[in-house]
Amino acid sequence: MTGLQDRLTPEQVEEFGREVDELRQRIVSDLGKEDVDYIQNMIRTQRALEVVGRGLLFAGFFPPAWIAGVGALSLSKILDNMEIGHNVMHGQYDWTRIPELSSQRFEWDTLAPAENWRHSHNYVHHTYTNVLDKDRDIGYGILRMDEGQKWHPYYLGNPVYATLLAIFFQWGVMLHDLEVEKVVKGERKVSELKDVRARILRKAGRQLGKDYLLFPLLTGPLAPLTFLGNATANLTRNLWAFAIIFCGHFPADVESFTEEETESETRGQWYLRQILGSANIEGGKLFHILSGNLSHQIEHHLFPDIPARRYPGIAGEVRAICEKYGLPYHTGPLRKQLASVAKKIVKLALPGGRTEPSPAPEPATVRRERELTAA
Amino acid sequence: MAVQVPRLVPRGARRRARSLASLAEALLTPHGMDRYLELVDPMLVRREIRGVVTGVRRQTPDTVTLTVRPSRAWRGFSAGQYVRVSVDIDGVRRTRCYSPTCSEHGGQLELTVKAQENGLVSGHLHRHAAPGMVLGLSQPDGEFTLPARRPEKILLVSGGSGITPVLSMLRTLVDEGHPGEVVFLHYANTAADVLYRTELAELARRLPGLRVVLAHTHSGGGDLHGFFERAHLHRVAPWYHTAQTYLCGPLPLMDSVRATFEADGLSEQLNTEEFTPPPVPADGGATGQVRFARSGRETANSGKPLLDQAEDAGLRPEHGCRMGICFSCTKLKTSGCVRNARTGELSAEDNVEIQLCISIPVGDVEIQT
Ligand code: FES
Repeated sequence: MTGLQDRLTPEQVEEFGREVDELRQRIVSDLGKEDVDYIQNMIRTQRALEVVGRGLLFAGFFPPAWIAGVGALSLSKILDNMEIGHNVMHGQYDWTRIPELSSQRFEWDTLAPAENWRHSHNYVHHTYTNVLDKDRDIGYGILRMDEGQKWHPYYLGNPVYATLLAIFFQWGVMLHDLEVEKVVKGERKVSELKDVRARILRKAGRQLGKDYLLFPLLTGPLAPLTFLGNATANLTRNLWAFAIIFCGHFPADVESFTEEETESETRGQWYLRQILGSANIEGGKLFHILSGNLSHQIEHHLFPDIPARRYPGIAGEVRAICEKYGLPYHTGPLRKQLASVAKKIVKLALPGGRTEPSPAPEPATVRRERELTAA
Repeated sequence: MAVQVPRLVPRGARRRARSLASLAEALLTPHGMDRYLELVDPMLVRREIRGVVTGVRRQTPDTVTLTVRPSRAWRGFSAGQYVRVSVDIDGVRRTRCYSPTCSEHGGQLELTVKAQENGLVSGHLHRHAAPGMVLGLSQPDGEFTLPARRPEKILLVSGGSGITPVLSMLRTLVDEGHPGEVVFLHYANTAADVLYRTELAELARRLPGLRVVLAHTHSGGGDLHGFFERAHLHRVAPWYHTAQTYLCGPLPLMDSVRATFEADGLSEQLNTEEFTPPPVPADGGATGQVRFARSGRETANSGKPLLDQAEDAGLRPEHGCRMGICFSCTKLKTSGCVRNARTGELSAEDNVEIQLCISIPVGDVEIQT
């Protein structure tokens, strides 16, 4: 496989970085009322779905009401986590100076407290995207998702772990912030995690309290049905979020990197790594919204702090830049990406994988470069 | 003497209302009740303060006077204080400080805003304020207030739109039927620039001990003419040595009043409120001081991003990527101007959150860390 450093010449990578920066600048200076209206509408829709969903569960003895209620509540949780929470907490709306849209204050409807997640996701994952041993989103500390992760008999359970992670995704994300594997390896002290743990207990207590205690109790004799309804809504959101997120970085051709490769990166090289390390999912408008526009993972990784509703609009340009520099632009419909991820999960359960860098076709630009020097 | 207001709501009902509210908060976690209530009506919020504009009038061509009814969290203010007023302009929430002009007794607020040249918020309010508009409000702030035991002799001096906090004091004193002597001395360019002309005359009728004196700096017709001078004091309040004086207005007026009181050894009796003009960023060059308010550290601006400057000063602010993407280093800038290293954009407003790793101070800056 071509090393990260040899994909483009230093001049090319700088030129490429400049182009991406220019694109960014153009959007940043165009941000305005439309973006705020959009997210506020989204929030209004989510709150309405939530109220309707919870309300319908009070009539949960009537099966269609129960089903509709769970549907509305599932959608509400998906919107809350994906298009609203994830994006607001990335600082995409900090420029509005509206407290409800501030990355520092937003809290989402899931077990993981915003503050913990901002560290593990906004900082760790987005800075060290797909860098082995640095990006803890590779395998979430339980899965083998990259050939560069050394095989161990434990990984025979890879498909089982993946299934469990998908079902209990919000628990996985919550526990992920504890960085247990770092504690085991002695890289972090348990005492450093006191605050993280305290926040988890507080947040999870509230979340579980409302979904599994208060709302069921309020519905009186329907309590078991409400309990089940809330659990189903959480499950739906879990499966959906898992699917979207795993399709963002783990389809077959997405690359991972070593720490050495990424040392003292320039901005251009960082952009380059974000493109090589992400994958998009094709789909319609509603699909993009429900995925929080993480279906535009490539654009999101280039510009994590730009309102996600802008990603579809610039995807064409990003793709054109990739083509110009001979860079891959990983994309495909959901079923293709999911199949690819599933295959990887199963394959990596078994020993094998890269020890030596495997030969990959030389990118066009490098080849051209070599031909020019040879000529 | 404190008057015991009869409890209209029995104690038990209140407690029940409170526990209902906390049940609602628990059910509506993590967003909280306000985020749902405001969708029904922005004025229903319980924790934040909003104000709905109920009346708009334009006293002079470049000012607008708003009557505002605050939402339930508003706890009142003391005459002379200011509130932070927010409006959304082009998607961005902008906040400015205004002193209410009304008496501190009574539930409504009155704000008079002068449209500044290039003034984003004042211009917006001047053009767009209409009944029904909802503003964001803060609890009141500021030390420029009358003491709880009102002084017997009071001299109020203001200039231009500096009239706002001082008028509030005056209206409060009138409402209280202040038994002592009060002189209200106000400076304006011409008669047409005097805000609250009719109200002032009305107030003078209502309070026997009050004299309203209008000084015109650029035209005839007033009680006094020209800029402030010591002789004005001797003419309108010869007893000013034994009074408390409250002063608010443009810088030249403030300076000359201050100098006079200082010369008389009366600085202790002079209370002032300044309208600090927005800081003008010097272009280029690392100048000024960077202050980290919480730790009390201060360093000379080295021109590096604030995160580096904080670390050079021995602080360890929270951070992550150091490249502007993770927002871990977001901190409140309480005053001063910074340049965003990525966009080049200047931010000169007080009390806005900035990312330390990509913000370069321009002149004096204070950060809440
Ligand atoms: S350290 Fe990540 S934004 Fe400043």
